[in-house]
Amino acid sequence: MSATSGTLDTAGEERTVGLWRDALSRMRRSPAALIGGAIIGFFLLVAILAEQIAPFDPTRGDLRASYLPPGPVHLFGTNVQGQDVFSRIVFGTRLTLGIAVLSVTIGVVVGSILGALAGYFRGVVDGVIMRSVDIMLSIPGLLLAIAVVSWLGRGVVQIAIAIAVVNIPIFARILRGSLLALRDADYVIAARSVGVRGPAILLRHMLPNALGPLIVQATLALATAVIDAAALGFLGLGPPDPRTPEWGAMLSDTYRYLTDAVHLALFPGVAIVLAVLGFNLLGDGLRESLDPRLRR
Amino acid sequence: MTKFILRRLLLLIPILLGLTLLIFVFTRLLPGDPAQTILGERATPANLALVRASLGLDLPLFDQYLRYMGGLLQGDLGRSFITNRDVVDDFLQRFPATIELALAAMFFAITLGIPLGMYTAKRRGRWPDQLGTVISLIGISIPIFFLGLMLKWLFAIQFPILPDSGRIDLIDFIIPRVTNFMVVDTVIAQDFDAFLDALRHLVLPGLALGTIPLAIVMRITRASVIDVLNEDYVRTAHAKGLPSGIVDGRHVLRNALLPVVTVIGLQTGLLLGGAILTETIFGWGGVGRWIYDAVTTRDYQIIQSGVLMLALIFVLINLIVDVSYAFINPRIRHS
Repeated sequence: MSATSGTLDTAGEERTVGLWRDALSRMRRSPAALIGGAIIGFFLLVAILAEQIAPFDPTRGDLRASYLPPGPVHLFGTNVQGQDVFSRIVFGTRLTLGIAVLSVTIGVVVGSILGALAGYFRGVVDGVIMRSVDIMLSIPGLLLAIAVVSWLGRGVVQIAIAIAVVNIPIFARILRGSLLALRDADYVIAARSVGVRGPAILLRHMLPNALGPLIVQATLALATAVIDAAALGFLGLGPPDPRTPEWGAMLSDTYRYLTDAVHLALFPGVAIVLAVLGFNLLGDGLRESLDPRLRR
Repeated sequence: MTKFILRRLLLLIPILLGLTLLIFVFTRLLPGDPAQTILGERATPANLALVRASLGLDLPLFDQYLRYMGGLLQGDLGRSFITNRDVVDDFLQRFPATIELALAAMFFAITLGIPLGMYTAKRRGRWPDQLGTVISLIGISIPIFFLGLMLKWLFAIQFPILPDSGRIDLIDFIIPRVTNFMVVDTVIAQDFDAFLDALRHLVLPGLALGTIPLAIVMRITRASVIDVLNEDYVRTAHAKGLPSGIVDGRHVLRNALLPVVTVIGLQTGLLLGGAILTETIFGWGGVGRWIYDAVTTRDYQIIQSGVLMLALIFVLINLIVDVSYAFINPRIRHS
């Protein structure tokens, strides 16, 4: 892990590019990353092409066709309102991935700012931020999300914020940890000794090298975000319009009809498991590719 | 060691203070009016004002916080706005149910996770290991509520061999509540059939809540055992002719368990969050569902005190994990 020759700046850039290119080539050889990437790619495609794929309007019900078992017309059957379960899962993909990506983006941005401030300034700033992080982490995540949704309301953005709040302290802690470990790295000391200013060291030399663990955590956080969003929906705290196709709420509906129509629970449940599995596999693959200690 | 524990205990004070403030502010931010909830839609403004005054909600926020803190210091966490029952009583009545559920979950996680982790580690790269890796990945990816529904469908509806909800069959057994731990209370009542019934009721919710920690314990045990298997002292133990059972038990597992113990502690804390979902699906009268219901009815007193107590327990579990870790590993104590 020593810096290559050349001037300081180019050395830093060379290493950054090298690390990522290296990681990418290793990812191509990792079955976990490939399978995870394929699953997520599939869901992304479904989300983008939802209108083309779904045979029915996911919100329109037909009471004469309620409760149908899976068959050639309604692939995954219909629910109590006679809505097509397959179409609802297809459109639910868009909603779920949207909430997951939005919440993790908010979590990464806010958490990174807090973590960077704490890791860079240390002292009082570090103390205040990290104690706040400790406080947030002492409340069970789902409970925190429930509280935020009850406060902000049940819109898609509000749900994403609620899930982000659970993740912010985790991202802050990870980035701070990486930055602290880098403070005494040779190239940081070298940059400081030739007079590079503090913020420039942070942005150009420390952050790019601290991103690895953050990206891995973000991928894994996408998996928990999918679960959290579905859990909120399951508890009746999803989008307020009951016609909105949301995976967790779909499971919650079936709760009462389990005896007669298990397919109503099975299909949305499998969709959630697959999406979560995809992000988990991708995260594991990324971790192995980005962490030189795990090289085999 | 005493110094280490004292320092960690002192660190708890600012965290707990911050926690009370955060929870207090949060409950006040919740939309809706408890007075309205109590009196219903058709309450007159005069009556609403009266109820607000009696609950202390007409005071300035800072005074409300001081009153709340004053009560806390005297061990008084207030009364439910809706039922007027003592919050501490309610909590103590429900908490054993949640603990019982969490212990059942950890029982499954530990008794299955550690042997499976050890087994797959010793067959690293072969098919049992690969199968184990896949299964543990799926275990981590299944949401509790989906797994709970499927377990219920399979073992309570399709093949009705286990009860689908509740903590005991209330028609067949009348058990006096002493500790509120159902399993313990049936033992105190010396009713063996009731004891078995209580255990049967624990299986499905325990499995639903325990699957994620099971998968995590299995993964950590596997990784840790693989590390230890490569150590010189394991090779030496084999070389001097010790039977492999003794090498595994005395040398491998004992050294590999350190990270596993940490993970078990952390997971136990995390179970408190998962309990909300499990308790909802299996009609389990625990703390998780109680707090969730309080959020929907805006019962401030239950939310702020219940969340505070859960968080306190979570923080204490983490403290115990840290201390036990330092106890086992001197390097942490002295750092």
